[in-house]
Amino acid sequence: MIKTKDLSFDYIRRDEEGNVESITRALDEVNISVKPGDFVAVLGANGSGKSTFAKHLDAILMPTEGSVYVNGMPTTDEDKLLDIRRTAGMVFQNPDNQIIGTIVEDDVGFGPENLGIPTEEIWERVDKALDRVGMTKYRCDSPNKLSGGQKQRVAIAGIMAMKPKCIILDEPTAMLDPVGRREVIKTAKELNEKEGVTVILITHYMEEVIEADRVIVMDAGKVVLEGTPRQIFSRVEQLKSFRLDVPQVTALAFELNKRGIPLPPGILTVKEFEEEYIKALSALEGDA
Amino acid sequence: MIRDITIGQYYPENSIIHRLDPRVKLAGTLVFLVSLFLFKSFWGYIPAVIFLFTCIHLSKVPFKHIVKGLKAVVVLLSFTLLANIFFTKGTDLVFSWKFIKIYREGLEMAGFMAIRLTLLITGSSLMTYTTTPTKLTDGLERAFAPLKLFKAPVHEVATMMSIALRFIPVLLEETDKIMKAQQARGADFEEGGLIKRAKAMIPILIPLFISAFRRAGDLAMAMEVRCYHGGEGRTKMKPLKYKLRDLIAYLILAAYLAVVIFIGKKLH
Repeated sequence: MIKTKDLSFDYIRRDEEGNVESITRALDEVNISVKPGDFVAVLGANGSGKSTFAKHLDAILMPTEGSVYVNGMPTTDEDKLLDIRRTAGMVFQNPDNQIIGTIVEDDVGFGPENLGIPTEEIWERVDKALDRVGMTKYRCDSPNKLSGGQKQRVAIAGIMAMKPKCIILDEPTAMLDPVGRREVIKTAKELNEKEGVTVILITHYMEEVIEADRVIVMDAGKVVLEGTPRQIFSRVEQLKSFRLDVPQVTALAFELNKRGIPLPPGILTVKEFEEEYIKALSALEGDA
Repeated sequence: MIRDITIGQYYPENSIIHRLDPRVKLAGTLVFLVSLFLFKSFWGYIPAVIFLFTCIHLSKVPFKHIVKGLKAVVVLLSFTLLANIFFTKGTDLVFSWKFIKIYREGLEMAGFMAIRLTLLITGSSLMTYTTTPTKLTDGLERAFAPLKLFKAPVHEVATMMSIALRFIPVLLEETDKIMKAQQARGADFEEGGLIKRAKAMIPILIPLFISAFRRAGDLAMAMEVRCYHGGEGRTKMKPLKYKLRDLIAYLILAAYLAVVIFIGKKLH
């Protein structure tokens, strides 16, 4: 579905005469491949290059070195630009700055209109997309009246109406409250499971990563860790060195383990912790 | 405080005027505006007033709401009135005191202007009261479509307009936030003379501009990602189609124009 080969990108800062003042390497030889139907989370602290990476997947930025392929099409191919963007849709961080229409349903129809889809089919697509994200009730409202989480769901519907094979969510929850965050992540997860849409979620919230099939951790423009959420979160110390936290239960289990309670590494949920903790306690009692 | 501006804001209602095609309403407004400048006699305004009041009645927009909209232009209105009264030279002197001379012609002129401006503003705001911004820009795009032959960027201008309309409430909210933030830091917007107050606006305007530019950048990216590539090959989710009522409305407009021209000729 999506593949990057030795992808590197430099931010070049120039002075007023156009001379190069400084070069910052934002991405450094990133090699990633995402299979169709995957739910992949890209994790990284501020300045780790994760957003720059996301912008490469939709041909907003072009690699300085290396290449990006979306469904086999290189992003540098100008003629394929629209094809690439209808294959991989993207949702951004700020919910206010990506809604174009003055009414919810108009906004969802914006993408299909650009693709030149016949009117009746646009309506079908808009109906379906709004239904998928649970926003049918608000279809005739102004986006200004919606909450942040609802606006992001409208933005996701706008992408879904273009029938993409892959959705890239670039920190979609960074500006939302906890309720809105859960709404958006739940929607993304459902689309992945029910529609088989490939989801690439860029984030720095650990809790959102737990549901992913695969987690990619980035630091200073490089991919530093890759694996299932359990594998990733069993490396508490290493994650801390990348300025990342682990979910609270995982951290608790890690600390207890250090103090001699035999808990397995990489516990992700409270329920899991409960079971493992009872097991560990009875094991301790058995020893005594 | 900024939100009090009601002039031209859409008034949701389900009336025949609301349902008309925006192109009909654009044409109607144009015809109405032209009709106001056809004659120089008070009698000539009677058909215009009747026409306007019928439209207001049909639109179900409360009269109070329309009067409230007029308040915003009272300053402009009184300025033109006074200018006409004091600066029109004529032959029939009505009042004079030191250097002030008021002629009958001036009073008449002022009366004309007052009626004209009031009707003009009420007429054009009735259009925006009954048409959503989206429909309005759609209508404008279609109405000016022939200009595309001369390479005029009709689609682009229409898109810009609809985006501007979409972001007005967002930017208003932002202005409010910035004002409060600056007030919290001790900024004073209420006191001092005109110049001092104007200067006090700088700490509001600069952050507002920066944020507007950032928003514009983000929005451009979001539009690109959704395959926006200009008006070429674009379809419409809600295409404009004329219905029977629109044709009837056009006929009524033509009849109105004929009546006005006829009366205008008679009075001259």
